[in-house]
Amino acid sequence: MDNNKAGYDVLVAGGGNAALCAAITAARAGASVLVVERAPASYRGGNTRHTRNMRVAHGAGNEILTGPYPVDEFWEDLLRVTNGNTDRELARMTLEKSAELWDFLYDQGVRYQPSLGGTLSLGRTNAFFLGGGKTLLNALYRTAERLGAVVRYDTTVVDLTMENGRFESATVEHGGTRETIHAKAFVAASGGFEANIEWLTEAWGPAAANFLIRGTPYNRGELLRLLLDKGVAQVGDATQGHAVAIDGRAPKFDGGIVTRLDCVPFGVVLNANGQRFYDEGEDFWPKRYAIWGRLVAAQPEQVGHVFIDSKSIKLFMPSVFAPEQADTIEELAQKVGLDPAAVRASIDEFNAACQVGHFDHTAYDECHTEGIDPPKSHWARPIDTPPYYAYTLRCGITFTYLGVKVDRTARMQMADGAPADNLYAAGEIMAGNVLGQGYLAGIGMTIGSVFGRLAGEGAATHV
Amino acid sequence: MSEVNTSDFNLADLARMNQDEAARQMSICNACRYCEGLCAVFPAMELRRAFAGEDVDYLSNLCHNCGACYDACQYAPPHEFGVNVPQAMADLRENSYQRYVWPAAFAGLFQRNAFWIGLTAVVFVAAFITGVIGWHAAGAMFATYTGDGAFYRLIPHGVLVAIFGALLGYAVLAMALSVRRFWRASHSGEALEPGSIGQAIHDTATLRYLHGGGPGCTGVSGRPSDHRRWCHHATAYGFLLCLASTSLATVCHYLGYEAPYAIWHPVVILGVAGGLGLIAGPIGLLTGRPASARSRNRSADIGLVFIVMLLATSASGLAVLVLRATPAMGLALTIHLGIVAALFISLPYGKFVHGLHRVAALVRHAHEQRAAARH
Ligand SMILES: Cc1cc2nc3c(=O)[nH]c(=O)nc-3n(C[C@H](O)[C@H](O)[C@H](O)COP(=O)(O)OP(=O)(O)OC[C@H]3O[C@@H](n4cnc5c(N)ncnc54)[C@H](O)[C@@H]3O)c2cc1C
Ligand code: SF4
Ligand code: SF4
Repeated sequence: MDNNKAGYDVLVAGGGNAALCAAITAARAGASVLVVERAPASYRGGNTRHTRNMRVAHGAGNEILTGPYPVDEFWEDLLRVTNGNTDRELARMTLEKSAELWDFLYDQGVRYQPSLGGTLSLGRTNAFFLGGGKTLLNALYRTAERLGAVVRYDTTVVDLTMENGRFESATVEHGGTRETIHAKAFVAASGGFEANIEWLTEAWGPAAANFLIRGTPYNRGELLRLLLDKGVAQVGDATQGHAVAIDGRAPKFDGGIVTRLDCVPFGVVLNANGQRFYDEGEDFWPKRYAIWGRLVAAQPEQVGHVFIDSKSIKLFMPSVFAPEQADTIEELAQKVGLDPAAVRASIDEFNAACQVGHFDHTAYDECHTEGIDPPKSHWARPIDTPPYYAYTLRCGITFTYLGVKVDRTARMQMADGAPADNLYAAGEIMAGNVLGQGYLAGIGMTIGSVFGRLAGEGAATHV
Repeated sequence: MSEVNTSDFNLADLARMNQDEAARQMSICNACRYCEGLCAVFPAMELRRAFAGEDVDYLSNLCHNCGACYDACQYAPPHEFGVNVPQAMADLRENSYQRYVWPAAFAGLFQRNAFWIGLTAVVFVAAFITGVIGWHAAGAMFATYTGDGAFYRLIPHGVLVAIFGALLGYAVLAMALSVRRFWRASHSGEALEPGSIGQAIHDTATLRYLHGGGPGCTGVSGRPSDHRRWCHHATAYGFLLCLASTSLATVCHYLGYEAPYAIWHPVVILGVAGGLGLIAGPIGLLTGRPASARSRNRSADIGLVFIVMLLATSASGLAVLVLRATPAMGLALTIHLGIVAALFISLPYGKFVHGLHRVAALVRHAHEQRAAARH
């Protein structure tokens, strides 16, 4: 690789949406770009492989988006889910710039489709990628390579040489050999540390051993740690992130979207002691699934068990794993390893508290409980029609928020308050600037593309 | 699947294996749905929760093996979920042709397709040569014939019509019976609306679903392209033009205009246009096979056999046209007729049936989607 002696103009660490948006933008600005992706080609693209949509502000609907989604509404949504815990300036800019992403990605070869079956609630706000995130990635890789960017797979950034907030070179490892790569600017787009169980354990304690990692096993956060160790300012804390309740039988890593379970609002959720612990009908599932990861994580053994009956089995998207099934509650309890008597008591108590009303799973209906704690506010119907079904829930980590602090140009900030010189960050590794807590479906990709473009633009100015 | 030696299993076992695998993958897809916009398979899948044997047979016949969903799949091998929908559907689809074939005893013809169809072609060519020599004399093969009715001085028109009429008649009957078995296995028997049939004809004629959901399929080169779509159009419409040419020639004959026809005659124009399509299309399909299909077992690759037969038909037909005023015409004509005869008789026992099963599946798809839209 004689190119290495001279170095590249821009070195991009990572191979997902944020990395590729940066690489494409820098290459279009005339920079020579090297992308180093830790994963092999077949697994390239990190968590982006698993995505399906991106939230974008827009003034009017189009042939695919069903209506307008003004920046102000997006802003309200973001403030609500984060509880205001966001860098307002950066967040506002992200949402404003999200309006350019539809066309930007289209120009890179990405195509869209109407919201997928079972996700109607996102049809107005989110642009769904035709063929999902991997098809988006295939288009971005094609475009980046056509523009002359070089991609190296199975290549991990393992060390950095930095001088006073200035990037000099990176050490990369490929197949057991190390090599130093010089570049005039560096973009860190290597994801969060969600696949790093040791780091998760530092934050969550031993409970982290029972977490499932929904996406790529390659986002281990070593580059994030290197940057923090070398004096880049940190944003967010290690327990914040996106975690959802998923099917407990999912593989430890990379189970992706098919392990999701949408049945919680239709049943009751019992912990390992056979007790309910949270209002299952507080809100529509798309607005609640992200808190259930934490709720389950806080329970004994970090599990929950959803019990539903045959009235509800067809009301939600099928899961990839078949539920446990039995003709009595006691038998079902036994099948999922719970004390039958405790489960029976919880279900009886719940059934007795259900108020008769008109059930409508498409609206905040009047079916609620009275006199029990926690209550179930909507969609509460007695669980009394066999066969009964149970799914086991575990906490599935999507991605973590602790990251590096950046400014409006995606440039990293040093812990001493000064801006870094030629270091940029995009995607999960800096998502905590916008997401102090909470989550809004599709904003992970928005943050990656907005800051990816900014990082590419900024990096190209050092040429 | 490709490492499994399929001859170790009987048809029913293999069917169950293929159906189970397709059903396993469909339940993953149904929980994912990212490929919903790519073709008809996914919307059809979403109308179901469980996937019985006939359901997956039907779904497999909606798949064009374009490869787009394989490139799109985050669960493609080496992922432990091992999703390769085009492969699973192709295995099942080919197996389903065998299970619905008429007569059932001929199912084995799909197994060693190249051998059986090659053998049939050799036998027919030999029969035509022997017939001509036996009828006339050895020298007749290499004489030069010109003027009206030149071909028919070698083989009388009535004989040709009788032979090819019988072969085609049999093929049509056999295909009608097998597609009926397929249809009955998968359709509930509800009445069809004309609109569903119209929709299916439109979708078939335009290859609506061989399009990667709009941008073109990526399976071949990794970049979106309509290569396979155009090659398939050239092949299918080339085939129809050739059929039209032959039918018109028959009509002309009975009206008293005898072959060979002048270059500007509609019979020749249709035949040449069709023949060129039948050369360009199959060559394009041969060179542009999607990545997901390339690992498959070649000797049982009925698609390959059919493409080769089409190429042989068109190439030998054009050879007749070029050589028709030379002493080589006799040999060229007998070879061409032998190949066409083998093509006709093998239509129900090879890749050709995919078209009929596809149309039947698309009719059902249109019917289902309209019913679902009403709810
Ligand atoms: C199942 C699932 C579904 C999701 N669905 C959506 C959705 O629909 N919409 C949405 O907006 N968000 C979704 N997300 C979140 C979304 O995936 C992320 O927010 C987004 O993809 C992040 O992009 P990124 O480029 O920052 O990270 P990634 O796409 O994860 O890319 C990080 C890359 O860095 C590489 N890497 C890691 N360490 C190193 C290193 N040291 N050296 C070199 N390379 C390294 C990795 O291999 C990887 O390629 C989903 C996440 C999951 C898990
Ligand atoms: S082929 Fe893969 S990406 Fe497409 S729907 Fe099926 S599981 Fe999802
Ligand atoms: S290979 Fe093409 S036609 Fe077949 S299921 Fe996949 S996308 Fe549809």
